[in-house]
Amino acid sequence: MIRKMLCGAGALGMSLAVSTAAFAQEAAAAAAPTVDKGDTAWMMTSTLLVLMMIMPGLALFYGGLARTKNMLSVMTQVGAVACLAMLIWVAYGYSMSFGNDFSSDFLKQFISNFDKSFLKGVTADSTAATFSEGVAIPEYVFVCFQMTFAAITVALVLGSVVERMKFSAVMVFGAIWLTIVYFPVAHMVWAGSGLFFKMGALDFAGGTVVHINAGVSALVAALILGKRIGYGKEIMAPHSLTMTGIGTGLLWVGWFGFNAGSALEANGSAGLAMMNTFVATAAAGLAWMATEKVAGHKPSALGFCSGIIAGLVAVTPAAGNSGPLGAIVLGALAAVICYLAVTKLKGKFGYDDALDAFGVHGIGGMIGAIGTGVVYSSALGGPAGADWVMADQLKTQVLAVVTTIVWATVGTAVSIYVAKALTGLRVSPEVEREGLDLGEHGERAYNY
Amino acid sequence: MKFIIAIIKPFKLDEVRDALSALGVAGMTVTEVKGFGRQKGQTEIYRGAEYTTNMLPKVKIELAVSDAMAAQVVETIQQSASTAAIGDGKIFVLDLASATRIRTGETGDTAL
Repeated sequence: MIRKMLCGAGALGMSLAVSTAAFAQEAAAAAAPTVDKGDTAWMMTSTLLVLMMIMPGLALFYGGLARTKNMLSVMTQVGAVACLAMLIWVAYGYSMSFGNDFSSDFLKQFISNFDKSFLKGVTADSTAATFSEGVAIPEYVFVCFQMTFAAITVALVLGSVVERMKFSAVMVFGAIWLTIVYFPVAHMVWAGSGLFFKMGALDFAGGTVVHINAGVSALVAALILGKRIGYGKEIMAPHSLTMTGIGTGLLWVGWFGFNAGSALEANGSAGLAMMNTFVATAAAGLAWMATEKVAGHKPSALGFCSGIIAGLVAVTPAAGNSGPLGAIVLGALAAVICYLAVTKLKGKFGYDDALDAFGVHGIGGMIGAIGTGVVYSSALGGPAGADWVMADQLKTQVLAVVTTIVWATVGTAVSIYVAKALTGLRVSPEVEREGLDLGEHGERAYNY
Repeated sequence: MKFIIAIIKPFKLDEVRDALSALGVAGMTVTEVKGFGRQKGQTEIYRGAEYTTNMLPKVKIELAVSDAMAAQVVETIQQSASTAAIGDGKIFVLDLASATRIRTGETGDTAL
């Protein structure tokens, strides 16, 4: 399962691997790759499904968890950073993540060069390779598909800093964070010359790139930003779990584009990813509520939604790298551990991760990324070959996770402090009390 | 004239209204309010964050009636709003100095 991207003109055979480098990298196909209309249609559909995860999925999911006075600021921040990510992606993000290799052997592990800035050289005839030898999809479709990943990841980070971070600071932070955190990590995991790809780390649809990256960055950003005024003293209950529930549904449906789309073709691997995205999620939704019950509480609607998201996060790296049984166990496990993270860990350390971006995406991502090294096993129904060794794979997975954590921590700290110097980080206490909707955007979400 | 303020359970509002209409009460003002008395509050938990609300939602009815009707109105509200459980509410009766119908300028009992 090696993803190769053949540049239209050059056909350089650059590998953009997604899931597994357990197999030796094959040589680039000499023959011109075939572009299948079915694959192309599926990838365009998947791309739009991921867009739906952001707008309106994540916007409603996060917005409902915020207080009434901050609903619009949450939705606006999510939408605006996603738009920013799309423009930067075309400007230089795609080139940094999936462009041509630097000649330096050291540098090319972390980013690719800027030759494809503003999509230079990409035409309607350029293609990007899939996992199947000689099968490709149009490069524009691949660029768009990956663009939505960058857009949702930066929006996910905001979950920890809402209700207090300035809109201007969010935009500055977003631009820098994408540049120094997201693009390099995406390259490291998915590009043929990338560090994690070369190590053989398994990440089908972005457990490290998207979820660990976003979750850890969210934690670091929240720590630097500080708590919301009144945190732990005032009631900060979600203003509309109905919105959150709608957002959860949109995210789940959209996630099929995210996970099954990451197969890059409309085939059996996409079907497996689809299967796992159903069952891991279903197991996680129920497991979270069961955990609440065991802990002596009522099985809650928010618990159900949180479990759904935790399951989706955990199955992301495992989607095409696990059998259904492995996915069910992984989803359920992620729900239980994420439950402990948001109810116990957060309280113990007292950080204000407002919407639990770290507790669900960070922790769930780690469970998923490390767990993928287990469920990949053919003994558990995964697609591993006979010569696959779980211990080695786990070592690689842990190394990729730790490296991502360190990278995201340092990069986020830099991005946040630059934003602080340029715009200041927090709204004034008056605006925070009155709500960011009025203070930052001059509107109210609800005028009854 | 008397001014009657009754704090009742929200779901009892229709019953109270029907009973008072049957008695010939021509109008009332209703407000959704929050408050506390002997009834204990509720606990809400969102991802482990526990919030205890000791203010419970109630409905406040305000109406002005003639002296002759007051006792009967109070009794009717008491009976129709009762569930015989804690949290059923209270009825307060105040002396009312004057009443004016804005449309016609009528005052006193005829304005009610």
